[in-house]
Amino acid sequence: MADLTTNFAGVVSPNPFWLASAPPTNSAYQINKAFEYGWGGAVWKTIGDPVLNVCNRYGAFEYGHRRLIAINNVELISDRPIEVNLREIREVKKLWPDRAVVVSAMVSSNEAAWRKVVQQIEDTGADAIELNYGCPHGMSERGMGAAVGQVPEYCEMITGWVTAASSIPVIVKLTPNVTNIIPPAHAAVNAGADGISLINTINSIAGVDLDNLEIFPNVGGKGSHGGYAGPAARPIALHMLSQVASDPKVAASGIPISGMGGIETWRDAAEFLVLGSTSMQVCTAVMHYGFRIIHELCDGLSNWLDEKGASSISEFVGKSVHRIGHFGDFDLSFKTVAVIDEEKCIKCNLCYVACDEGAHQCIDLTKDGVRVDPEIHLGAAGLLQPKVREEDCVGCDLCSLVCPVDDCITMQERPRERDSFTWNELVRTRPEVTTDWDAMVAFRKEVGIEIH
Amino acid sequence: MEHHKLSLDQLQDSFSEIHPRYTKNEATVEAERCLYCFDAPCIKACPTSIDIPTFIRQIANDNLTGAGTTILESNMMGHTCGRVCPVEELCVGACVLGSEHRPIAIGRLQRYATDHIFDNDIQPFELVPDTGKRVAIIGAGPAGLSTAGELAKRGIRATVFEKKELAGGLSTYGIVVFREPTNVALEEVQFIEKLGVQVRTGVEVGRDVMPEDLLRDYDAVVLAAGTGRVPPLGVPGEELAGVIEALPMIAATKLADKDDKAALANIRVGNEVIVVGAGNTAIDAATVAKRLGAERVTMLYRRGREEMSAYDHEVAFVRAEGVDIRLLTQPVEILGEGGRVTGVRCVRMRLGAPDASGRRRPEPIEGSEFVIPADQVIKAIGQEKLIALYDAVGVEHAGGYVRTDDELRTSNPKVFGAGDCVRATGQALTVTASEDGKIAARAIARQLGVAEPAPARSDTRGRFLHATVNEFGRIHG
Repeated sequence: MADLTTNFAGVVSPNPFWLASAPPTNSAYQINKAFEYGWGGAVWKTIGDPVLNVCNRYGAFEYGHRRLIAINNVELISDRPIEVNLREIREVKKLWPDRAVVVSAMVSSNEAAWRKVVQQIEDTGADAIELNYGCPHGMSERGMGAAVGQVPEYCEMITGWVTAASSIPVIVKLTPNVTNIIPPAHAAVNAGADGISLINTINSIAGVDLDNLEIFPNVGGKGSHGGYAGPAARPIALHMLSQVASDPKVAASGIPISGMGGIETWRDAAEFLVLGSTSMQVCTAVMHYGFRIIHELCDGLSNWLDEKGASSISEFVGKSVHRIGHFGDFDLSFKTVAVIDEEKCIKCNLCYVACDEGAHQCIDLTKDGVRVDPEIHLGAAGLLQPKVREEDCVGCDLCSLVCPVDDCITMQERPRERDSFTWNELVRTRPEVTTDWDAMVAFRKEVGIEIH
Repeated sequence: MEHHKLSLDQLQDSFSEIHPRYTKNEATVEAERCLYCFDAPCIKACPTSIDIPTFIRQIANDNLTGAGTTILESNMMGHTCGRVCPVEELCVGACVLGSEHRPIAIGRLQRYATDHIFDNDIQPFELVPDTGKRVAIIGAGPAGLSTAGELAKRGIRATVFEKKELAGGLSTYGIVVFREPTNVALEEVQFIEKLGVQVRTGVEVGRDVMPEDLLRDYDAVVLAAGTGRVPPLGVPGEELAGVIEALPMIAATKLADKDDKAALANIRVGNEVIVVGAGNTAIDAATVAKRLGAERVTMLYRRGREEMSAYDHEVAFVRAEGVDIRLLTQPVEILGEGGRVTGVRCVRMRLGAPDASGRRRPEPIEGSEFVIPADQVIKAIGQEKLIALYDAVGVEHAGGYVRTDDELRTSNPKVFGAGDCVRATGQALTVTASEDGKIAARAIARQLGVAEPAPARSDTRGRFLHATVNEFGRIHG
């Protein structure tokens, strides 16, 4: 069994899975239960200034009959008195010395308030502090949460107050509700943060009730933007994680990243791992299925690491980060084509219609190996076999993505038809080709690129 | 035969629909499994070419009115067909998920969609102004009703003459209750009536109204009279009490179902029942007898399993009901005592050389006679044809079937045929009868100079659908 022990900025946990700061980490009752199930750590639900919550707090994003592929919430930070939280944090840490107990905090933007809360957290014996600069609703209107995270200067200033006051590691949690995640990440590095966590939730409206035209979540007939999280948010989280993990300044600082955003299974976690997450935080999946999912998260990840020949999870942190590149550096001579396995093909012809109407018109319908005209054969008896016209296939991959049969359509690599070159090289060596269509047409002719 | 051991509760249970209606969640989950194939094989396998992937997508999208409309646009009898179609032989059998996965339960989804239309009394069609054209239809079974409904979509008013007390034909009288409750069939009749069709029940053509009057008073006449009674077996003892026909027995259960099923307890069923025949009606009769409480039910068929016209899934079903199927067994005499059946003398058969139909001819094995005890014998060996009616209307017929061309025109230019009475070859199914209605209505409309109706919703097969990439000059080859 690969060793899942995780060391995040000096905070050690038996596995990389931490509960994210959210409803599942609202109380000692819940966190004790989660630790009994085996969770490696927990980020206590954000403590801070007094709040009052509303009903309803959550809205669901569903796909067909699949429930909660994402959740939207307008719940605020902890609505339990700060003293109650601090007392329970102390009790939990005493009971679970081997687990990561991190406390999320958010207070008004003045140094005294932050120094006070840092001291209160340190006094509990907690392992680290997470600064909630991400909460997109309710708190941001009061000048906290995302209101800080969206302004790198505020982010740097407040983080500086906290790192100066704190003797335990400080993790800065970033909001995704920015056009570029790098400036706030740099602000955290500049202010001496010990770690970065991302992503917080994304601004969203969960949906509209088509019976009464009210908004989800529905608070007495009104709705507002809420934080979006869960499996459907994962690609956005992976993108932001990859940006931060591949940023030279963040990399040079050596500070670890705690990734989150739609992690539900060990496979999701492995993707975060190789894109640069040292620890992985989970919320929506637990809100959906409960703490029990930790067993499979650890078991699946460990088995996968074993198959990969890794003895420790740390070997795989960031293993794919070097693959994050820029479009301008992609090899424009790299060639793949779609190949249909006719034995496996069930003739649903979804690839045909996708290619013909949604892509580049390079799949034909055939009968007995001969291309047939859909005008004549549409609705005719007998099944038609889709076939790729390889010379016309642009290698876009749409057909294999819509094919319902596993491994029926595969994208197969073909030898390069010319030397490798990139757009950036073209910009450097043949700038006219990148700005003038006539030059581009001539260039294509010269190197033998034919686009139908 | 006064044994009725089954309580009314048990009978009501046995005569409830085999498959309960899908819940919303079940329907959604099943509908979402559909791949939404392009040019889908299920459509091609449907005799009425229902756009199955579209109606299933509509169910998945919670547009049940749209789903039901898609079905009924192609098949006026869609409410019945969702329940009675041999889907394993048709759409479900063609589903591309059948090869390595589990095919979509198309019939149950269809029923889910049409139930929504019928439960909520939704009119899926825009009513068309009356063209003044009038058509008489003989027979209010699926073929006659489908023809009438399709004519109504073209503004042609039909009057349907039905000799029975209730309309619906085999849907009302012949399809076993646990496949189609009687009220479903009667709802379907009302649905057709609401399109502007007049249905006159208890009126027999040739007795209450004369064929020549119809030919004179209407712009066209449609023969959709189905078939007649079961022919005699031609063996001694056929007149004994306890020898009955399959369809009247099934009809009795249908009529009992119309109310609270209490009358099921009054239907006479034997303890030891023999069903002669091995078609789908014989299967139904055997199942009904069993479910009414018969202790032993035995089906007799003189040929082998290969020659049976019943579907595989029907044979599997009736065997699971506990019915014994004796193949290569021919009844030669019905035995009786005091005027009542006591048994059937049978002879074992073997298959000889192929006969004119290409099936191997059964031949008796000498000295192989034996007796099966029985207190009821149900005849289910096909139906007689209504030749007298054909002659009265003045149409050519052959082999008991009205002769028609591909557009269902008979030899009389004013007369069209539809349904089982023209089904000389192929399957006599509700769905084929329904398709006949479409074909006949189209031909009648053309003959009467009435324009084809516009589709009820925008036709997805638009102007450019069939344009090949070549025509746009984008692709060589």
